[in-house]
Amino acid sequence: MIVKSIRETVAGMWSLLVGMKVTSKNFIQPNITVHYPRQSVKSLEGYRGHIELVPNEDDPFKSKCIACNSCVRICPSACISLKASKPKKAAAKEGAADGAEDKKAPAKKAKPELLSFVLDYNYCCLCGLCVQSCPSGALRYSSDVYLAGFSRQEFVIDLLARLQYQAQKKGAANG
Amino acid sequence: MNLDLRLDTSGDFYAQKFQPTKRDDTLILNMGPQHPSTHGVLRILLEIDGEYIVRAEPVLGYIHRMHEKMAEVMSYPQYLPNPARTDYLHALAWGWAHVGAVERIMGIEVPERAEYIRVITCELNRINSHLLWWGAYLLDLGAFTPIMYSFDDREIIMDIMQRITGSRLTYCYYRFGGVSDDIDDRFVNETREQCARMKERFKMYKDLVTDNFILRKRVEEIGEISVQTCRKYGATGPVLRGSGQAYDVRRAEPYSVYDRFDFNIPAYDTCDAMGRYMVRMDEMQESIKIIEQALDSLPQGDFIHPKAPKRAKPPAGDVYFAVEGARGKIGMHLVSDGGKSAYRLKLRAPGFSNLSLFAEVSQGTLISDAVSILGSLDLVIPEIDR
Repeated sequence: MIVKSIRETVAGMWSLLVGMKVTSKNFIQPNITVHYPRQSVKSLEGYRGHIELVPNEDDPFKSKCIACNSCVRICPSACISLKASKPKKAAAKEGAADGAEDKKAPAKKAKPELLSFVLDYNYCCLCGLCVQSCPSGALRYSSDVYLAGFSRQEFVIDLLARLQYQAQKKGAANG
Repeated sequence: MNLDLRLDTSGDFYAQKFQPTKRDDTLILNMGPQHPSTHGVLRILLEIDGEYIVRAEPVLGYIHRMHEKMAEVMSYPQYLPNPARTDYLHALAWGWAHVGAVERIMGIEVPERAEYIRVITCELNRINSHLLWWGAYLLDLGAFTPIMYSFDDREIIMDIMQRITGSRLTYCYYRFGGVSDDIDDRFVNETREQCARMKERFKMYKDLVTDNFILRKRVEEIGEISVQTCRKYGATGPVLRGSGQAYDVRRAEPYSVYDRFDFNIPAYDTCDAMGRYMVRMDEMQESIKIIEQALDSLPQGDFIHPKAPKRAKPPAGDVYFAVEGARGKIGMHLVSDGGKSAYRLKLRAPGFSNLSLFAEVSQGTLISDAVSILGSLDLVIPEIDR
């Protein structure tokens, strides 16, 4: 009985020493954590921030969006809302003003124009279904990581304004 | 209305229901809903005699979010992100149960490459889940350092998964008929590297924790659950396998391509917390074996079926699909009336069954042992409440 308990104690002490060896081995290894406010991680590849509009190739101030509403319909959280001009009305107006080009114009004029695209990021669940459902590839993920705010209103994001701001900034940098 | 009930300030509804007792020398104690060892908002009512538990009763519902009702309101693709929110630790298995049920009822074929990608990502996720359990369980038992090592490994796996799935925890990766994104060579190489690294780490974990005699004193012969008790409450997963029955959905009713891989179902018949601990430690190594085999035989092809429906609209009928999650058997019973959303979707959460046996098992144990038993069940409360 005594022999057994002594043996058990010795084996237990030995297991502690083995554990201590692991700890001391790791103690002399370099630091692997990142001290966030002073340092930040290098790569955020694949990070899905909130969605943003992709600019048109010809006009960076305009979006590729064709206002088909498929992202609005698929969104599980119903956090996307977009407004677009009605195509028929616009066609009729321009047709009345310029009668000569009536024939070739309708196909072009049938496109509704995007007026506003608002994302309520408070409710977004970052599933990415909107990006995948978009037929024209007008949505992509932004890489905004360090988002913080004081009110909910700050996260109701007007994506069209954001696109125009980005285009302006880019234009200023280029020119 | 019973006015006496309103005037009685000795606790809320559950506490009052729990109160009546024959003994007058016991104390009613609330463990939770905010308690570090319950990992969320689980509340356990305990009747204690000194340090010993006379009765215990879990109180649920603090994080009920109507996931089943949401399935009846949302269309099928809209529900895709939801299963991941039930069990945030093994999100992909829940997602798999959902897409699997819809695929089965609609008869959608899944390309072979997609099946392999699903197996690889699901097993990576399982390792992640077990690693977090390992760290958190030891934290409950008073060992702080191990969670740092486990999070070190978890971060690497999450970085690998983030590039492919876009998320780190609540993945929404599987789609009806495949997955949302293809994997590339970099993913394959990084996964291989991580598998090799993990094998070394498991040796370190064994030296640091598993062989440690302080841990063994806390888990050996604590919380013995017989196979009969497991069957009575429908416990599955590592809880059942820790009681000696090698039941695993991946082997018992193979779904996807699991029947092509060579892996063991670890089972320990010690029935105690150590048995459940060892099952999970071994399972991580088995998962690595599966991942390596899947990477070796990864076929080329589509990652999603080209004719996969964008707007799923299954025919009327009902279907059941079960997968093996990190906590046990995840089942989804889908009843469709041919509409855009499910008529009814029943989620079978393994954690619910595993928790149910706690009331019986904890009787007569010390409070500190009850913490050990609770931890060894690996509870995820959002999954239990749904």
